[in-house]
Parts: sequence; C-alpha cells; structure tokens
Amino acid sequence: MRTAKNATTSATEDTTGNPTDNAAGTAAASGGPTARTADGSPGAAGPGARGSRGRAPRTFEQANRRLKWAMLAPALAFVGLMIVFPLVFTLNLSFTDAFGAVNAGKNYVGAQNFLDALGDSRRFWPAVQRTVVFTVGAVVLETVLGLALAMLMRKPFRGMRWVRTVLIIPLLTTPVAIGILWLLILDPSNGIANHLLTSLGLPPQEFLGSVSQSLPTLMLIDVWQWTPMMTLLLLAGLTTLPEEPEEAALVDGAGGWQRFRYVILPMLGPTLATALVLRAVDALKTFDILYATKGAGGGSDFEAETLNVYAYGLTFDYQEYGLASAVLALFTLFIIGVVILLRRRTGRKTA
Amino acid sequence: MSPTVSSSVRRPDAGGGASADAGAGAGAVGTVPSPRPGRRRRGYGAWLRGIAIAAVTVVFALPIVWMFAAAFKTNVQVTDPTVGLWFSPTLDNFRSILETGQILRPMGNSLLVGVVSTVLSAIIAVPAAWAVGRFRMRRTGSLILVARIVPAISLLVPWYYLFAQAGMVGSYTVLVLSHMFVSVPLILWIMISFFEGLPVELEEAARTDGLSAFGAFWRITLPLAAPGTATASLLAFVFSWNNFMFALIFADERTQTVPVALFNFISYASTDWGGLMAASSLITVPVLLAAVLGQKYLVAGLTSGASKG
Repeated sequence: MRTAKNATTSATEDTTGNPTDNAAGTAAASGGPTARTADGSPGAAGPGARGSRGRAPRTFEQANRRLKWAMLAPALAFVGLMIVFPLVFTLNLSFTDAFGAVNAGKNYVGAQNFLDALGDSRRFWPAVQRTVVFTVGAVVLETVLGLALAMLMRKPFRGMRWVRTVLIIPLLTTPVAIGILWLLILDPSNGIANHLLTSLGLPPQEFLGSVSQSLPTLMLIDVWQWTPMMTLLLLAGLTTLPEEPEEAALVDGAGGWQRFRYVILPMLGPTLATALVLRAVDALKTFDILYATKGAGGGSDFEAETLNVYAYGLTFDYQEYGLASAVLALFTLFIIGVVILLRRRTGRKTA
Repeated sequence: MSPTVSSSVRRPDAGGGASADAGAGAGAVGTVPSPRPGRRRRGYGAWLRGIAIAAVTVVFALPIVWMFAAAFKTNVQVTDPTVGLWFSPTLDNFRSILETGQILRPMGNSLLVGVVSTVLSAIIAVPAAWAVGRFRMRRTGSLILVARIVPAISLLVPWYYLFAQAGMVGSYTVLVLSHMFVSVPLILWIMISFFEGLPVELEEAARTDGLSAFGAFWRITLPLAAPGTATASLLAFVFSWNNFMFALIFADERTQTVPVALFNFISYASTDWGGLMAASSLITVPVLLAAVLGQKYLVAGLTSGASKG
C-alpha cells in the first residue's frame, strides 16, 4: 500500500520538479518529522502543493483541515444567508418604524418600539404571561408523566415495539390536523369528550369554546402530543445508565421509590436537563396548534395569544414590522434566558 | 406475569418478576435475600405495569383512532357522540374531498417541497455534520442551537420583506428555502452525533491505503452513514410535511401545502367534519406508515444527541 501512496505523490511531484520533495512527501505520508524540510526547501512549489505535502498530516485532523472547511462551506453559507443575516435584519427593523407596505420608507426611531412593547399591558404582557403559563404547565406535566411512563417502559416487555410506534405517532402527525381533531373531540355540544364527562356524571365543559378554558385545554393537547417525546428522550437516557448502582441499592434493601429517587434520578440528571431544555424551547414557540384551533390573535379575547402568536399577528395582520421585530427580539432574549436558567439550575454538564 | 416477561440479555431484576431473585443470586452480588414482602408485590407489580402501559397506549392512540373513524362516518354520525367506533363505514367523505381536488394538489405540493428541501438539506448538512463531528468543532456545532432557539417568526419577517420585494412570495423556491430552515439544523443535529459514533480509524486506514481525504469520506464514511442519513432525512421530510407557519405566509393558492389547505378548509367548511377528518386521515397515512415501518430509526433520530446535550 505504501507504494501506491508513493506513486500518487511522485506523480504530483513532476509539476514542481523538485527531486528532494519526493522524499519529503513520503516522509510526510508516513508522518515522519522530516516533513519540515518540504517547508524549508526553496523549490517547494506553490500553495497548491503545500496543502498536501507542506504540512505533515501527522494526525487525521491536520490532513483534513482544508476538506473540513470545504465540507462546512455550504452549510455555513446557508446559515449565514438564511438565518444570521435575517436575524440582523430583524434586529435592525426593531429600531425603525417600518409599517405597511414592505417597500415603504422607514425611519430609525431608537428604542421606541421596545418601550412601546414593554409599556403595553393590553397585548404584550398578557401574551408573556400566557406564554409562561402554557410552557410551565405543559412542560411540567410532560416531564412528570413522561418520566413515569419511561420508568414503566424501562424494562423490556412484549409488545414494546408497538407501544413505541403508538408513542411516536402524536409527535409526527401534522399539528394542524391534531388541532382540528381535538376541535371535534372537544366540541362543546357534539364532542365525544363532553359525552364521556356527562356519562360519568360530570358537568360538560366549554373547552376551546370559552375564554377561560382555552389555554388550559391547549396545554392538555400539548401534553398529549409531546409527553411521548419526553418519554422517548428519557427512555434513551435510562437505557444508557449502568445497572450496578441500582443493584447495589437493591441489595442494601432500598425500596422502589428510594431506588428511583436516590439512585436513578440523580444519574438521569443530564438527560433530564437536556430533555427539559429541548421541550421548553419548543413549547415557548408553540404556534400551529394555537393558531389552528383559535385563529388569529388567539381568539376573541386573545385568550390563547402567546408571544409567538402575537408577533405573528403584528407582522402579518397589522404589518407593524418595527414593533413586531422588537417583540421578537425580546422573545428571543426571553428564550435564551430560559435556556441559560434551565442549564444552570439543572446542573452543569460536560457538553 | 405474562405481559412483562423479560426476554432480553439484560439481567432481569425488580420488574422482571420471580426470576429476579435467581438473577440476583447468579450475579454474585451477595447472599442477602431480597425482602420477603417485595417478592409478593413484584408479582402484582408486573401485572399492574402491563395494565398501566396498555392504558397509556390507549390514551395516546385513541384520538388518532377517532380521527380515522370519523373520516368514515356520515356528517350526521360525526357530530353524534353516541355513535362510537361501531358504525357502517362510508367512503363519501373521501370521495367528496378527492372529487373537488381540495386536497390532492396540496398533497402534491407538500410532497414536492418536502422532497426537494430534504434532499438539498441533506446535501448541505451531511458533509457539514461530518466536519463538525470529526473535528470536534463544538463551537461551530453550537451554531445549530441558535437555529433551534430562534423563533421562526423572527426569520419570517425579513424573509417576507426580502422575498416580497423580489416578487418571489408564492413560489416553490421560497417554500423550499424556508423549509430548509428546519431541516438543515435537524439533519446536522442528528448526523453530528452519528459521525461522532463512527470510528475515525476507518477513514485513517482508507487514507493510508491511498484514498484522498474526500475519497475517504465519499467511499468509506458516507456509505456507513447511510442509515443515519436515511433517518435524519425521513424526520426532515415529516417535519416539512407538517410545517404550517412558513407555507401560511409564503404559499399562494397554487402552491399551498397540506397544513395550509387543511387550515383553509376549516374556515370554508367549519361544519364538514367528515371531510375535515377524511383530509386529516389522508395526510396522516404517510406518517403512520413511516411510524410503523421505521419506528426504530425514528425513535433513534428523535432522541439522538439527547444524552449528550
């Protein structure tokens, strides 16, 4: 195999016409220290040759340094053009009075939009409150239920495959379809949910038809849709845990709850933290279900209007691009804050 | 005991039933017997566990079952909650939505946008994931987190601004580009941890054998990464298929995707529950098929990177 390498190296050698390079090239290929001479020798050709021979590919990383950037370039270009540039654009818009037609002129108004948003107790602050309530309620329930279900499913059982298949269906089904489906199930007069409630002797509910019950109902729909995600994430974490500590605890006479609380839960910490962050970020940004079930503005009394729905309405219903950008900037900061907080509170991880 | 008989290579313990004691003994962890009351409880525990799992599964499955059932009901039956899951099915709902063409064209659009955006995303993201995973470029990798954190609407504003000025709103190009905002980071996220798990020695050996660095990636690593790429692409396609917000803004009547068509369907025909459920069922079938056939891979894809952060 070494000869094959030699052949390719000497083939490229011809372009430089430097005989000493041959030796250097071979040495470089074998990772020898003499590779330095290639750099030193005056005839060692142009930059093209340097990449392959000038630097000793002592390690895998050095050999692929160029390739690395070539492979990254398209993705970086995409991220730059489609994500970073638009974000800067939004940030810029947030300091302007952009409004109405997209090609209308705009003036810089300083921090006015931010002041307007932060001083708005009719739409902005209630939206913040709903976002927080929705996220905390949904994520806490999903974590508790998801963890319980993951513990149930931890040991293999017959039919596990099918249970997991059922669990991924809610997460993969189109959220708009799920929203419509729940509208049917929860229909105040004709839905199966109220039929079941009344047959159990419970009073029928308004669900999405009422101002006060909309947000809690949507939270429960979110719980139905995303608890499986929590379960699967935690289940993946549980299967990687070593068994010895639990066995030791068992031998020491620890009960089921004690083993869970003092052995499994601490070990599961990092997975739990990651799952919590992922879920919280997605819950904060929930849009499809809210918009599909309650429409623009989150309903007649804005009862399901979270920050995301509010920003959407500002942009595309009111064309208040400047104010919308300011709200989005604040929203993004808020999400980043939540991520930092969750990472700190749930313990630092090596990653 | 039957629902929970543990047949795995892992040593059965607490949940595994009576064999747990034998297992503990064989493991030479000591001669301390497990507490006597525990043995009895475990027998019931296994039953309870089976029942609990079955109950939870039903809770998650029932709404979807209800949706499919409603798709086969007449409009009278759909809004009559006393009609449960036993009724004589009709295909009228499917016939009507297919005849009016309300759903077929959007399905075609979604398929087109989903496939094109997923393929382009894979072409961009898989090599980048290799670079990030191979060279431990944690900082570059964490750029992806930005894409996951940023609310998509904050990109919609400038995209809309720019694409509207370019007169591109309503085109497939804009839909594909916007859907790539979701699929590029998703594929990167999954493939980075996949490449981190592939041994670097294979590529090094290929290099020693005379392949160029790119050749080693192309001929050795990429074929090995095929399962991961397939998983990531499948998920990317599903999320594109489901995407609502981007198409809501960027699609016009001609290019509207399935979720938007469904959403418009509510406003036009709020009482046609049968049609709505038939349309919902129709667009859920591909997802169901994916879930049943690729469960193992989809779960792996969805949870990848979670235990590492």
